[in-house]
Amino acid sequence: MIKLILTDIAILTVVSVFFAILLVIAQRFLSNYGILKININGKRDVSVKGGNSLLSSLSEEQIFIPSACGGRGSCGACKCKVIEGGGPLLPTEKPLLTKAEMDSGIRLACQVKVKTEIKIDIPESIFNIRRFKTRIAKIEDYTYDTKGITFELLEPGTISFKAGQYMQLETQPYGKVKQKVVRAYSISSGPQNDKQFQLIIRLVPEGMCTTWVHNYLKEGDEVYLTGPYGDFFIRDTDADIIFVAGGSGKAPIKSMLEDLEVKGTDRKMTYFFGARTTKDLYLTEYMQHFEQVLPTFQYIPVLSHPSADENWNGRTGFVMPFFKEVMRDPKNTEAYLCGSPGMINAVTKALVEMGVPTEKIYYDSFG
Amino acid sequence: MDISAFVLFWAAIFTSNILLTNFLGMCSYLSVSREVESSFGLGVAVIFVLTITAGLNWLAYHYLLVPFHIEYLQYIVFIIVIAAFVQLLELIIERYAPALYYSLGIFLPLITVNCAIFGVSLFLVIREYNFLQSIAFGAGSGIGWLLAILMLAGIRTKLKDKLIPVGLRGAGISLIITGIMALGFIGFSGIVAVQ
Repeated sequence: MIKLILTDIAILTVVSVFFAILLVIAQRFLSNYGILKININGKRDVSVKGGNSLLSSLSEEQIFIPSACGGRGSCGACKCKVIEGGGPLLPTEKPLLTKAEMDSGIRLACQVKVKTEIKIDIPESIFNIRRFKTRIAKIEDYTYDTKGITFELLEPGTISFKAGQYMQLETQPYGKVKQKVVRAYSISSGPQNDKQFQLIIRLVPEGMCTTWVHNYLKEGDEVYLTGPYGDFFIRDTDADIIFVAGGSGKAPIKSMLEDLEVKGTDRKMTYFFGARTTKDLYLTEYMQHFEQVLPTFQYIPVLSHPSADENWNGRTGFVMPFFKEVMRDPKNTEAYLCGSPGMINAVTKALVEMGVPTEKIYYDSFG
Repeated sequence: MDISAFVLFWAAIFTSNILLTNFLGMCSYLSVSREVESSFGLGVAVIFVLTITAGLNWLAYHYLLVPFHIEYLQYIVFIIVIAAFVQLLELIIERYAPALYYSLGIFLPLITVNCAIFGVSLFLVIREYNFLQSIAFGAGSGIGWLLAILMLAGIRTKLKDKLIPVGLRGAGISLIITGIMALGFIGFSGIVAVQ
């Protein structure tokens, strides 16, 4: 019996090892494309080892193209313009690209392999993206399910970002969760403090990352984040502004307000904060502080389900019906929305019906 | 099994088509059959891999598993052989035939998990084919599979602008079409006995 088991194991091992060695040797010789140059924006050349995807080759050179799915070709976040050397468009990319994007040479960086010298165009802001080693300086409880977490930068020591951009947080394996996950959270502190930044994270039931943050992270822990990403920031015009964001969607708005407090503004701004009950309200006094220092700013919390014993005498229901209270000229109004896709769709629809141009509605959707 | 390899080859294409009579290899058949062009690419890749893995697995069975009396390990060994071969093939094509890689190579990872490939390897053991018969059966099954996916892709292209009930769109209508095609192929059954 023992002999039988041993024979089985021996043969399986021999077969597996044989093929493994064969593949390793094949990979060594066949996938060796030597050192290749990637030309970026016609200015900068980086040399990488050929044979890997454009996404991973660039990230080894500390150039981080956004990617939410980790290179599996399912999110479509890593779009970038390949001018030369990308090879033909692959069937794995087609479903995630529009006709216009295909025509202008947009590709998915995770699917394009670097096999020849390659020329690409990426937005300058991507050079700013780094992987940061940080230490958790402070964890604050804002509500029963929402925490504000301050990260102190260790390496590199400073960050430059625009108010409204987001970071990607990497979890470490914990409890029963063996794999690492990466999730995006908006920066909630102003860009003036470049030694640290804050994220606001709301516990999602069964959420792999938020559970880790809420139940396992402590002050003093070392955490890795990549960023800053995103184009959700206040446009430099003189239009009136409507902010709509509930829950942890307050994060980018808080960052924008802290930025504006330093820079000063006389644009008329209104922030509608949608929540269920008074238990979901947080940082209310801080928002009232902004009303003091920014005379043209107004903070309007709206509760959808206030219970009778809460003594809520503010606005109730959805936020949309209250827009007309503050709307002066819909054509000259910008809206900044942050929240669930459902909320963003509903608010966008209401704003467009009131006459706000679609291109002036900016949003950050966490779907 | 005393049936000539030549007859077996034709039988595998028509009278006992691996897909339409055994319903093997359905997943990639349903997911890639949207366009004729990519169906053809995948079909050719299947022919190639089927023919070679049929031969390899025949050798592995008769020169490794039988001498050591461990025939019951055939499932694991066959899977290892198929997976390693497909990987190797992908590397070779990617390096030496880039044009072929873009049209055919990207489908190779899909084939590793194609049950038609594994099914053929198991059939050749159960039906006690010799080496030549195995190769003929592998190649024939591959061509039969290509034929089936090309037919479905052709029909699906025609159906693109037709009104199909919402609930049946995609896999639903494809399965019904496949069923009807399989009924047609039943007409061939009994002409040649492959087992």
